[in-house]
Amino acid sequence: MFAINPFAALSPAVSPGVMQAYLVIMIILVAAGTLFDIVHKGSAKYFFNHFKKSKGKPVGGGELVAIGVKTAVVDVLASGEFCNAKRRIAHLLTMYGFVLHVVSTVVMVFNLSADSMWPHLWWIGGLMVLVGGYWFWFFIRVDVAAEGTSPFRVMHADLFILSLLASVTLALLWAWLGGMVLFALYILATTVLFAGVPWSKFAHMFFKPAAAFEKRVSEVNGTHENLPTLTRDDPEQRERHSMELLKDAPMDMGLGIKREAPRHY
Amino acid sequence: MPTFVYMTRCDGCGHCVDICPSDIMHIDKTYRRAYNIEPNMCWECYSCVKACPQNAIDMRGYADFAPLGHSVRVQRDEKKGTIAWRIKFRNGTEKNFLSPITTKPWGEYIPKLADVPGPSKEMRDGQLLYNEPKWIRMDEGGLRTLEQAGLKLKKGVQY
Repeated sequence: MFAINPFAALSPAVSPGVMQAYLVIMIILVAAGTLFDIVHKGSAKYFFNHFKKSKGKPVGGGELVAIGVKTAVVDVLASGEFCNAKRRIAHLLTMYGFVLHVVSTVVMVFNLSADSMWPHLWWIGGLMVLVGGYWFWFFIRVDVAAEGTSPFRVMHADLFILSLLASVTLALLWAWLGGMVLFALYILATTVLFAGVPWSKFAHMFFKPAAAFEKRVSEVNGTHENLPTLTRDDPEQRERHSMELLKDAPMDMGLGIKREAPRHY
Repeated sequence: MPTFVYMTRCDGCGHCVDICPSDIMHIDKTYRRAYNIEPNMCWECYSCVKACPQNAIDMRGYADFAPLGHSVRVQRDEKKGTIAWRIKFRNGTEKNFLSPITTKPWGEYIPKLADVPGPSKEMRDGQLLYNEPKWIRMDEGGLRTLEQAGLKLKKGVQY
């Protein structure tokens, strides 16, 4: 089951050309939807205007590239923005699972006799999405975790996660059980996922890294978004009169408020 | 000066919801980000501002004494046990403060009251509170007084 290319098994019923055309349409829908979203919400315009207006000392081109690389590695590839470890793991599972799943789908559709490694990757990616996605949906979603609402309360904002979960769940069920009904539902959910980009959370691929980049630039140009910069790491600050009580204290005082998850409302 | 949330910074972790003594920080049901549901009822205690790990909460100053261009921001550093304030005035003056928020590592040195023997009848009838002699150092030769320190209480306002 895990070594069989499910799309090759489907090829007698649906011609490979149709499957490839469908994939190309989906890729175009994502690109067009993301561009429409950026223009419609003005997020790119906001970002560049905000960036131009920011005060502080000028940051050189080399430094900007270094910040860009750091943002890509820490904030994008490692989901470094999350301060909650559970949410970070769930995001990493879903993100890398989705990438694996989509890439292996493309490889298998365009090359029906692809190496048996690809069906394996397709299954692993799909299962990663399911673990991360259902964990997120039932336990760590914001209003479930902090506001105590039911996991079954569905909102417009859930379009992305629900269509993603439906698409991957149906894909794996179809590959396991077969049948044209499951396949039709799988295609329906996938179309909703990719065609719903302008109305779903998909555009966060753009604005989240942009915000992380902006934050890192504000640290380098000295404005720090007006946040305080004094810390106890600075020996001069340790000598301040106000810091007398912490003179001999360890530099790592522990987690403080983060010792417990915020579940005391 | 009630608080407000920068929606782009907030990730909905719920620390502000948890800590707000007035229970007015809630998660918006549509956007899934925190917001102040009733600024009228805000005590202006700054608890949520300090608790936010993303520094996504700020104060909206009243126009009469916090004019445009000012900024009062705070960062609470649990790991180092400090709190830092950066105050920017409208004329460009800037003040920076750094103070301790704990002197011992978090969660240690909490008295284990279950292991402490119960008070005797004499202690129960006495005037002193739990641990009072020890913690106000009466056992080191009585209460510390002005006289002991060679000082004298003077009548009236002294400069």
